Order: sequence, then C-alpha cells, then structure tokens
Amino acid sequence: MAKREGLEVSVALGDAVKLADTDVVAAYPITPQTHIVEHLAELVADGDLKAAYIPVESEHSAMSACLGASAIGARTFTATASQGLELMHEVLYIASSMRLPVVMAVANRALSAPISIWGDHSDAMAVRDTGWIQIFVENGQETVDNVICAFRIGEDRRVLLPVMIHLDGFSLTHVIEPIILPEQSEVDQFLPPFKYPLPLDPKKPVTMGAFGPPFIYTEVKWAQEVNLEAAKAVILECWQEFGKTFGRYYSPVESHHSEGAKVLLLTMGSLSETAMVAVDKMRGEGKEVGLLKLRLWRPFPFAELRQAVKDAEVLIVLDRALSFGGPGGPVCSEVKAALYHETKKPKVIGFVGGLGGRDISMSGFEEMINKGAELARTGSEREFEIFGVRE
Amino acid sequence: MTSKLIEIRWHGRGGQGAVTSAELVAQAAINEGKYAQAFPSFSPERRGAPVLAFNRINSEEPIRTRAEVDQPDVVIVLDSSLLAILDATSGLKEKGTVIVNTKKSAEQIRSEFGISGRLAIVDATKIAQESGVPTVNTTMVGVLIKATNVITLEAMKEPLEKRFGRVAERNIQAMGRAYQETVIGE
Repeated sequence: MAKREGLEVSVALGDAVKLADTDVVAAYPITPQTHIVEHLAELVADGDLKAAYIPVESEHSAMSACLGASAIGARTFTATASQGLELMHEVLYIASSMRLPVVMAVANRALSAPISIWGDHSDAMAVRDTGWIQIFVENGQETVDNVICAFRIGEDRRVLLPVMIHLDGFSLTHVIEPIILPEQSEVDQFLPPFKYPLPLDPKKPVTMGAFGPPFIYTEVKWAQEVNLEAAKAVILECWQEFGKTFGRYYSPVESHHSEGAKVLLLTMGSLSETAMVAVDKMRGEGKEVGLLKLRLWRPFPFAELRQAVKDAEVLIVLDRALSFGGPGGPVCSEVKAALYHETKKPKVIGFVGGLGGRDISMSGFEEMINKGAELARTGSEREFEIFGVRE
Repeated sequence: MTSKLIEIRWHGRGGQGAVTSAELVAQAAINEGKYAQAFPSFSPERRGAPVLAFNRINSEEPIRTRAEVDQPDVVIVLDSSLLAILDATSGLKEKGTVIVNTKKSAEQIRSEFGISGRLAIVDATKIAQESGVPTVNTTMVGVLIKATNVITLEAMKEPLEKRFGRVAERNIQAMGRAYQETVIGE
C-alpha cells in the first residue's frame, strides 16, 4: 500500500517522473521550477533514475533536446516557467506538429516586466495555441497523478502529442504537504513502455518535420486539429482507468457544490482550493452558489462546460492572465465563445485577478462572487474587470 | 475555518534553517496522520538576511488555504537580533505564543521588545553548540513542541533521521534538551 508522506510538491513531481521510468530529462533551471529539475538531477546522479540528464544552456535548447530524444522513442521530460517557457516558444509548435509526446511541467509564473517571480497564468496563456495537451492541477496529489497520466495520454498511439502540466509556482511548487506516491509496481502496470511507431533510426531512415508547401500545409494542420480533438476521448479513458487503479478520479470540468447553483464561479489551478472554502461558507449561509474548476484547457472541453453551466443564471470566470487590448482574460473569452450558440446560457462575468502572485483570500472570492452576481443582476457588467486593482 | 488549525510563522536569517525546520515539523505532523503544510516565504532569499517560513497543521481536515500566514498562532524567532529590526509579532492572534531563542530573561525580552502575552524562551544557541549542532533550527523545534504540543518529540525522530542521517542523533538530543529547558510565561 502506497504511503502518505510529507513531500514538497516539486520533489513529488520529480519522483513521479522517476516512477514513470523516464529515459531523458533536458532542462534549464528557472524559479519557481528549479526544485523539480534539481531533484531529477539528483535522482539521475545517485543512480536512482536510469536516465540521461542533459544540462543545456537555455530553454530553447532544452525543448530542442527533448524533441530529439522523443523522436528516437525515449520517454522525455522537461520543466520550465515564465520567461523560460517563452524562450522555448517556437520549439513548442514543433513538438506538437511532429507528434512528439514530450511531457513538461510548467510552474506557472508571471511574465516580465516588471520582473516578477510570482505566480499567475500569463505564461500558460501565451502558449495556448501551441498544439499541446494542457492540464491544470490544484494540489500536490493532482500534480503527481497527472504527471503519470500525462505520459500515458501523450504516448498513446491514438494521440502522440506533447502534454503540459500546469501547476502554480510557489503556492504549489514550494509547499510540503501530504502526498501519496503510488507504488512502482502499480505505475508499471498503469503506464506501458513507450513505443514510438516511427522512431529516428539510422538503419531505417525517416524524415521528420519536412518542408510543407501550400498544397499540403493546410491538410497537415487539419490533421493536427482532428488529432488533438480526438485526444479528449483518450484523456477521459486514462483518467477513468487511473481512478479505477488508484482511487482518485479526474475530469475535464470539475465541480464543487454546483448542483442547483444559480451563480457559478469558474477557476483554474491552486486558487480553486481557496475558492472552495468561500463557496462552502456561502452555501452554509443558504446562498445558491457553486464552483467549477477547469482542469482540461486543451483540448477545450466544450461539451462538459456547456453541460456544467446549463442551469446557472450567472457564470463568473476568473482569469489569472490579461489579453492586452482584448476582451479581458483568455479563459473568459473562450468560455463566452463556447456558449455563444447555446439558446439557454448564463450571463458571463469576467474578472482578471491573482496577477503576479497577488493573493485572493477566501473573503476575496466571496466578494468576487457577490460582485459578479450584482453586476449580472443590474446589467452593469463591462467586458472584464481587474479584481481589486488600485486604479 | 476550524479552530483545529494551527498556523506558525518562523523568523530566521538565511542559512539558519527556518525552512528546514518548518519542513520537518510538517513531515512529523503528516506522519502522525494529520494534515500539514510547510513553505518558505515566496520571494528571493539571501544568506544572512531575514527570512520567513510557515506551517499550517490541522489535526482533522485537509488544508485548502495556500496563502502566506499573516495571522499566526505561533511565532518562532531563531535569532533574537531580528526582534530589533522587524515586527515579529505582526498579526499574531490574541492568545498567540511567541517563541524566542535568547540568553536574556523573559522580563528583558518583554520590556525591550514590548512583547505581552504568552512567551516561551530558551538559550538554543548554547544548547545547539554544546550538542555539536551548527544551527539552532532543530533545537528550536523542541521549544515549539513544549509550548504547543502541536506534534510529539517522538514524531520528529523519523524526519530528522531521514534528513540528517548519522548526525540526526545530536539534533534529537538538542531538541530534547531545549524541550526540558524551555521557560514559558503567560
């Protein structure tokens, strides 16, 4: 029986990568991701993980090395954050277009300037369209579980796509909390060895990432889109199977007291835990409020989201990133798009908050829910509002 | 929020091991079947400069709050020189406890730094030195346990042995001695 122990989430994440028997780790340290790759370097140096650890000179090189490793059929992992993720930006598209199932943990952090090492989702939103499967987690256990799932999902023959696990910098990466690490034998059973169908091999040469003139490029992109959409069925299957094996179930849109709720709040990542406390308190006072947590960001869970909000009158969306000069937060704007064609839909109220490590307390969430409901009731909502900003 | 939740704020200087102490205390609490968190202040830290670390321990239910502790039940000061340069008791709950490593008497600490309420003191520097331990962080865990009973001395053994290997015993000795020598005043 796997034991519940006090582990730093970054360390537990590294241990999950070890449990997955990863072959190659190529990474460059950046706060708040550093502990993850430090721990992996230690595991490799101590011989506890039989993997090649490639220290590189930048994140661009880290992702490039990961592509090469994945293309020969090696199970490959990296981690980064913030500016590091931005520096590898162009290579991210290549991983997904070449169908290389690299797994990457992103310790979500704000983007400069001003320099901020603290958490928000600006980095995640900037790589929204890179073609990766993207999953958000809210605590240490979810991090461990979803890293293991990420390998199984990405490497599935029906998927073959890279997967990002987004965990909030500091408020997850630097916290020691109770975590159950699965037994090696259980993980071995759950996660089959990686067999890339057409690996790079000098004995049987193949071309990857070839020239794509106008007569074929559109079809390649169409195939990529169909593929990413179809990955959702495999993700659901994987989470179901994970639940059966380990007793912890995950789904694309998760809810907390959403039944019969007239006002719903939608959050992502570790702030969802604080939001749950606020919703519990308000429910205790007889208020019909509930919480939705968007776990699967790409492919976007259209059907699950529509189902989850169909009986609500107001849907308040919290974004931890800002689309400058645009319609507010990227999540809110996508939620609105997903509901546009629905005949019965809640009024959507957008807040941007929790930027650059700004905390939102339980009473902050209470205020956000009350304010959102009031804006909807009086019809005085704007495109979006930055929560708690000193104007 | 349940009253079973105990929030602790550690004040030390970079390199004194405040973060390590918080981590070991959380591990001990989790091994006892409780829910616990430990984390450093979410900022860049420098050796010798004031640093913070935090614990939340709940004996009954999972902890969902992840923000820094700004209204602690317990404040632990590893280096009493910090009392002169920062407000260590900021936000301390009304019936909270202040724990200080000092050679001075409780009366001197109270009058010099205006600390009222529950105060636990010990000369952890002396105990650590005499035990052959280079820092006071593990010694101060003994004081925490004496003042709060938040975990048992016994529960600290496994995390200390796991972390410090063959020098764990010295840390356990120092912690035990601090537990005995702590002076608590209301």
